Amino acid sequence: MAEPISGTDSEARELDDVQFRFRNDEMVDHPAVTVDAFVGQTNASAVRIEPGDDARDLLLHLDRIALVEVNFPSFGDGRGYSAARILREAGYAGELRAVGDVLIDQLSHMRRCGFDSFAPAVRLDATDAERAFATWPDVYQAAVDGRAPIWTLRHGGRDGGGNG
Amino acid sequence: MYQYDRYDQQMVDARVADFRDQVRRRLDGKLTEDQFKPLRLMNGLYLQLHAYMLRVAVPYGTLSAAQMHMLGTIADKYDRGYGHFTTRQNIQYNWIRLEDAPDILSELSTVEMHAIQTSGNCIRNISADHFAGAAADEVADPRPYAELMRQWSSFHPEFSYLPRKFKIAVIASETDRAAMRLHDIGIRIHKNDAGELGAAFYVGGGMGRTPMISHLVREWVPLDRLITYAEACLRVYNRYGRRDNKYKARIKILLHEIGAEDYAAQVDAEYQHLLDQGVEPPFAELERIRTFFADPSFVQGLSDGVDQSDQAFAAWVQQNTHLHRMHGYTSATISLKPVGGIPGDATAAQIHLMADLAKEFSFDECRVTHAQNIVLPHVEQRRLYELWQRLDAAGLATANLDNIGDIIACPGLDYCSLANARAIPLAQKISQRFADNGKEAVIGELKLKISGCINACGHHHAGHIGILGVDRKGRENYQLLLGGSEGADTSLGKITGPGFDEDGVVDAIEKTTELYLAQRQEGERFLDTYRRIGMEPFKEVLYG
Repeated sequence: MAEPISGTDSEARELDDVQFRFRNDEMVDHPAVTVDAFVGQTNASAVRIEPGDDARDLLLHLDRIALVEVNFPSFGDGRGYSAARILREAGYAGELRAVGDVLIDQLSHMRRCGFDSFAPAVRLDATDAERAFATWPDVYQAAVDGRAPIWTLRHGGRDGGGNG
Repeated sequence: MYQYDRYDQQMVDARVADFRDQVRRRLDGKLTEDQFKPLRLMNGLYLQLHAYMLRVAVPYGTLSAAQMHMLGTIADKYDRGYGHFTTRQNIQYNWIRLEDAPDILSELSTVEMHAIQTSGNCIRNISADHFAGAAADEVADPRPYAELMRQWSSFHPEFSYLPRKFKIAVIASETDRAAMRLHDIGIRIHKNDAGELGAAFYVGGGMGRTPMISHLVREWVPLDRLITYAEACLRVYNRYGRRDNKYKARIKILLHEIGAEDYAAQVDAEYQHLLDQGVEPPFAELERIRTFFADPSFVQGLSDGVDQSDQAFAAWVQQNTHLHRMHGYTSATISLKPVGGIPGDATAAQIHLMADLAKEFSFDECRVTHAQNIVLPHVEQRRLYELWQRLDAAGLATANLDNIGDIIACPGLDYCSLANARAIPLAQKISQRFADNGKEAVIGELKLKISGCINACGHHHAGHIGILGVDRKGRENYQLLLGGSEGADTSLGKITGPGFDEDGVVDAIEKTTELYLAQRQEGERFLDTYRRIGMEPFKEVLYG
């Protein structure tokens, strides 16, 4: 798995408290708006999904989005995983950021669901996080990280690479 | 049976290392108990009244002798010499130290076992018919499909933080022996007119505070679309299941609130979308898994029939064996319900013995049933007497399968931090009462199930007679339910009226069975008589 591009540098902290970022394009420099506000206007390029929002409301507008933040008010609320996958499955290639109650033990699953940046409310131990991102040598099921599942590898398929 | 390859082994090993690291961070104070709780739960570790409890997964209830031996070893080494088999075909240990848990998982991994997803708000261990691959009435062995789903659901990145726990059962016969209709998803493999196999999906069953029987959501899912359809079912639930109230968070409530048709339509839309997403395994994987469940080397041409001149043996044969699809074989159930015993408990020595017997008599295989017993699925009838003698010598030959002594009971207030009342001592008293009065065999089939609280781990809603323990002004009180069933004719029990104290409920059950004996017509089980005459006569003898 790729190393985060903007691991622990202090500059990243000032820009939206992003602790881990797995992409090297410019970060969006303005705050994300709500889904309702976003759908009703044209000039924002960053949007924030709350647990009750329908990620599919954004699908008509993907070409003008550079950043989607998915908020996890509590780590136990897993709706954000589905929101993330739905966006990636629809071809969204911009930044997908997990924000809020983002903890060590959710990082690997979030990565598999298409998140490529992480802004935890409480800064994480970098060593523990590194181990967490690398938890699974292989994976059982297909997601949107381009990794070939074990059942594909067993039958001669190759690791897809893809957007992971 | 299924055997790990290097990928499966690697995943379990990774989980052990991961959990060891989580325990370290908890002991270092880097994880709060609130943060640690869902992580340990996903590894089957509960904090109970007196100690940690570890629940070990037995995928679709199937165990080899080596695995069964390991369960005995763990009982000896890390528990107080007991294991407790559960209603979801798993085993749990009630006296575990947190510090030992990573080592236990490590030992389990040496025999291809784990405690993955035996708790937590995730897809739990997949259960199946305990006579899978042996029963005469099956269209196929359901376990390859359960194994495929085990892999798919293990560490699923999208479905590890669901609104609530999620239980799946797979069967492949008309007769439901796995309480399939009382699961979040029940899958029935069946054959169409062209002789092809497909899967019917039933969604939204469950017990707990709001018991519901599942809805048929799709009659036919092709086998090469099984995972895609399951993924769609789960995604709709993950997105729209309630998260504001844990008692309304199971998928049954979602179906109840939006309606089964609306749910089915949403699943269908998601399914159509996911068909293009490449989530389905190659069909070759299902074929690979099937080869592990090929028939053992049955002796061909055996004839049926057992010398039943020994009366005690005859009683056991009639009660505890099940029709096998091969002539000359039978499936034998070892009752873990001795008179006055703790339902589902076995000592380390008994577990080791059952492992040996699985090896010697049943092609190295045994099963855990959801009724908390152990099955030896493939026993030659001509060796049955020898098997019975070995069991009898170890106190494991109780001939009471499906009778009133074959009680399902949760651990109750003796162990569980959720319980309102004790279940085990009550089960012991009932079992003793009906052994003493000699009525057990006369009454015949009567499934009695006890839960120590409304969460219904003891399946009281599905008992022909169900008992629910409640707390009434600081005293244990027991409600009586009649008429539940988990079989092909699934129904939910109804409460008779005001509850009883512990001795009172034992008397009430005796009165209930006496009325049945007085009223029954030729060939009627207790359940049949109840359904024919209704609740009123029972109320009269109980409260009149």
